[in-house]
Amino acid sequence: MISATLVQVIVGGLLLGAVYALFSSGLTLIWGMMNVVNFAHGDFVMVAMYTAFMLWSLLGLGPEASVPVAALVLATIGILSYFLLVRHIMRGPMIAQILGTFGLALLLRYTVFGVAGANFLSLPDHLLGGVYEVFGIRLQASRLVAGVVALLVTAGLHLLLTRTTLGSRMLAVSEDATAAQLMGIRPDRMQAAAWGIAAGATGIAGALIATFFYISPTVGETLAIIAFVTVALGGFGSVPGALVAGLLIGLIESLSAYWIGAVWKDVVVYVLFVAVLWFRPQGLMGKS
Amino acid sequence: MTLLKVENLEVRYGDLIGVADVSLDVAEGSVVALLGSNGAGKTTTLNAIAGVIPASGGSISFAGGRLDGQPAYAIVRRGIALSPEGWRLFVSQSVESNLLLGATPLADQSRAKPLLERIYEIFPRLAERRRQLAGTMSGGERQMLAVGRALMSDPKLLMLDEPSLGLAPATVEGMYETLARLHREGLTILLAEQSVELALEVSERAYVLQVGRTVMEGASQDLADDPEVQRVYLGTG
Repeated sequence: MISATLVQVIVGGLLLGAVYALFSSGLTLIWGMMNVVNFAHGDFVMVAMYTAFMLWSLLGLGPEASVPVAALVLATIGILSYFLLVRHIMRGPMIAQILGTFGLALLLRYTVFGVAGANFLSLPDHLLGGVYEVFGIRLQASRLVAGVVALLVTAGLHLLLTRTTLGSRMLAVSEDATAAQLMGIRPDRMQAAAWGIAAGATGIAGALIATFFYISPTVGETLAIIAFVTVALGGFGSVPGALVAGLLIGLIESLSAYWIGAVWKDVVVYVLFVAVLWFRPQGLMGKS
Repeated sequence: MTLLKVENLEVRYGDLIGVADVSLDVAEGSVVALLGSNGAGKTTTLNAIAGVIPASGGSISFAGGRLDGQPAYAIVRRGIALSPEGWRLFVSQSVESNLLLGATPLADQSRAKPLLERIYEIFPRLAERRRQLAGTMSGGERQMLAVGRALMSDPKLLMLDEPSLGLAPATVEGMYETLARLHREGLTILLAEQSVELALEVSERAYVLQVGRTVMEGASQDLADDPEVQRVYLGTG
């Protein structure tokens, strides 16, 4: 007989994992589309979290407003980053991409630091109506909403890439930009769209995470590590891979915190991560 | 009437010269062959016309307007489609997705559906495989898909780079029958070929390239009947 507490741990882990999946999707999308590793990814999440915080503290608005606003703000930042920075550094060597996006990370981090200060902030628990009890499982409303919305947005992102004309054109550019041009497709527009969509999805993730996670200018570093592990585990470039890996990491963190102790959860995650990459360097669902 | 006019085309890759001096005319409704051995500049010429690589000298005009200096995505919208060397299909997408991507240049996207049906009528094999990934198809099927994809933009001029390369003779024959049919239906075709015999059979006019220059031009029939031409320029006979 599985205890109610264990079920609660599992459900909690999966909900957290869904959020991990969403905020890793943006990273994997950019990598898969353009072979660019966005080192500013964690700071995109951070900016979205501050957007959510500001909307609440200045206007008293909750996630129903902050999720769409953060998506728009981040999509704009993503598109601007592409045209002002990424498009230019893509022509350079790999080191230019690393330093370029890392520079963007620092710019965002210290801009927020200058505007909002270094204090740790958090949104009040009651923003999303406290705790629910479903079939004897106690669930924090904020985590439930975050998990479900993240799952839907990740699935939507996958459908966008695989089932729509825009997705097909974006994939065509990533496969063979010259052949795509012969089809009348402008690679720069598709790549800008990819940055907009990836950053927009990251914005949604950030606004959701803000409802249950502390907010600080350096929180992006912590979150970026999770995103990189999720993407590497799932396979670079694969949104379904990010989903599976995200859920898996959320679940493992949750279970190891329950069985072994909260201090050990990261150790367990990283040991399993290294073990998986030992046997499958391309990740769980990546192409070798 | 001249549809495509290339005058003194020059293409440089850094210090290397891909094409030194190529001139050619393609009349509306005709089939023109670009002949020459490997490295003669056929592919470079087609790529320069399509805008894939920039021309460093000379001029390219099409239907009365200049093309040189324009990017590939703009040129295909003007009515020139290229089925490139090595096909360059989107191998991770389905046959139908590849065809629909070919329809991107259409100003009126509602034309994509009837054009797709037309391609499936020309190449019934593609209709059978519409859900299959392009990367899992045979060479002959890939060639059909590359031509079908180029036709999806409903071009005025279809350019084909080595349509017979690496294919079985029966497949090549089928492809050339299709080209003859498209020609009868009024399409203008410019094809680069190494297999001289086939190209001279299907075309009305031919240009022979040698180390990046047009060294001979004429009616295909005349070139085919001239043993000297065959021996000197085309390395056959």
